[in-house]
Amino acid sequence: MNTESLSYLDLSLALVLVLALAILLRAYRLGVTRSLLVATVRLVVQLSLIGHVLRFLFASGNEPYIGIMAFVMLCVASREIMARQKRRLRGWGSFGIGAGSLFFSSFAIALYSILVVVRPEPWYTPQYVIPLLGMIMSNTMNALTLSMDRLTSAVYDHRDVIEQRLALGQSAREAIKSYSKDCIRTGITPIINSMATAGIVALPGMMTGQILAGASPLEAVRYQIMIWILIAAGAGFGMAFALRMLEAILFDNRMRLRLDRLAEPKH
Amino acid sequence: MSLLIRNLSFLDWRDLSLDLGAEEIVAIMGDSGSGKSLFLRAIADLILSEGTVEHFGKSREEFEPIDWRKKVGFLPAEIFWWEDRVVDHFEKSPPADWMKRLSLEEGSLDWQPQRLSMGERQRLGLLRMLDRRPKVLLLDEPTANLNESATESVESLILEYITRNEASALWVTHSDQQASRVASKRYRMRNKQLQKF
Repeated sequence: MNTESLSYLDLSLALVLVLALAILLRAYRLGVTRSLLVATVRLVVQLSLIGHVLRFLFASGNEPYIGIMAFVMLCVASREIMARQKRRLRGWGSFGIGAGSLFFSSFAIALYSILVVVRPEPWYTPQYVIPLLGMIMSNTMNALTLSMDRLTSAVYDHRDVIEQRLALGQSAREAIKSYSKDCIRTGITPIINSMATAGIVALPGMMTGQILAGASPLEAVRYQIMIWILIAAGAGFGMAFALRMLEAILFDNRMRLRLDRLAEPKH
Repeated sequence: MSLLIRNLSFLDWRDLSLDLGAEEIVAIMGDSGSGKSLFLRAIADLILSEGTVEHFGKSREEFEPIDWRKKVGFLPAEIFWWEDRVVDHFEKSPPADWMKRLSLEEGSLDWQPQRLSMGERQRLGLLRMLDRRPKVLLLDEPTANLNESATESVESLILEYITRNEASALWVTHSDQQASRVASKRYRMRNKQLQKF
């Protein structure tokens, strides 16, 4: 089976939908119109460019280039996490927590899947490394963005309650426990929803791609199962790490709530 | 000294000092916004502060933060609740005798906090703080929302708690009468300074 080729004209017909959504959002003054349009432009430009980069990487198959690519992915994802925080930490804090969590969860899990589960030959084969890392990292990035934003906002909004809990002799962790739980749930819910309905409501992207490219559905399904498990693990471990780091920054060694370490939100 | 404070500085306030003996109550007076509540929060180590705060010769920094705040209880002017039921905020249920003295219904412990009136919040907030058996009470206008008879019963309960437990209290109040009823010394916060008077 050959994939139906998709022209730029065909694509522009899909873009009409984004424009319609942007007009609607603007009419309701929901304040995300700009982000939506910027994200759409970035989607088009980045994917067009990455097509060329991947073609080059796959052709060369050389380790340093793959390392550089992974590093660029990490930096961009971390910046994205930081940019989406309503109340970010002063200085490089939000970027650092994002990068650290991505590194310790996505990178470790991608490595595990490559070295232990898939075992391509050689192990750094870019056709495996880059898509695997990308899928894990982008889902972890989403989970981190949501959960970190949720926690800093919750702590800021409930600062009086948190202070009273501390005043009664609760530890910092106890005082924000209900909010931490909430934000882990917020981050992992989309992933759990997707896993629980996988195959019934939605055919996941990678599986669809493999099937379109002519792979056996049974093989595609096995890959997809692995990917979802890696994504869940990546997002889960990443969030656990990020929340511990946030907690350590939002409270000091005397367990005082340090909202002065949060920057003013930008409007 | 139950509480010895030397050169305590926080935000724009500089070098506040105060002595609070065992079983003593000291009144803190001053206009709204003069920094009385901030002073109490600084002592409880809830906001950044510098200087010396000691409890019977042992400095605040020698205590774990949790232990310090259990020992030095802070009662805010406005009490918040976060669990589903009032009783969930207590480590052990308050003595029935205290509930009765403060004219609180026994059943109110099982209520949702939203149901409490301002006065009930304040009285239950006091019991919630005493639940941790603090040795020093930092009271921020503990009777602001109470009528005369409730004020009287709160005062007598606090006085009794202090004698029985060899505790002490810093008591922020706007009322001269209250200060003379409960306190042995008075300080006034003015121009970011604490003066005895």
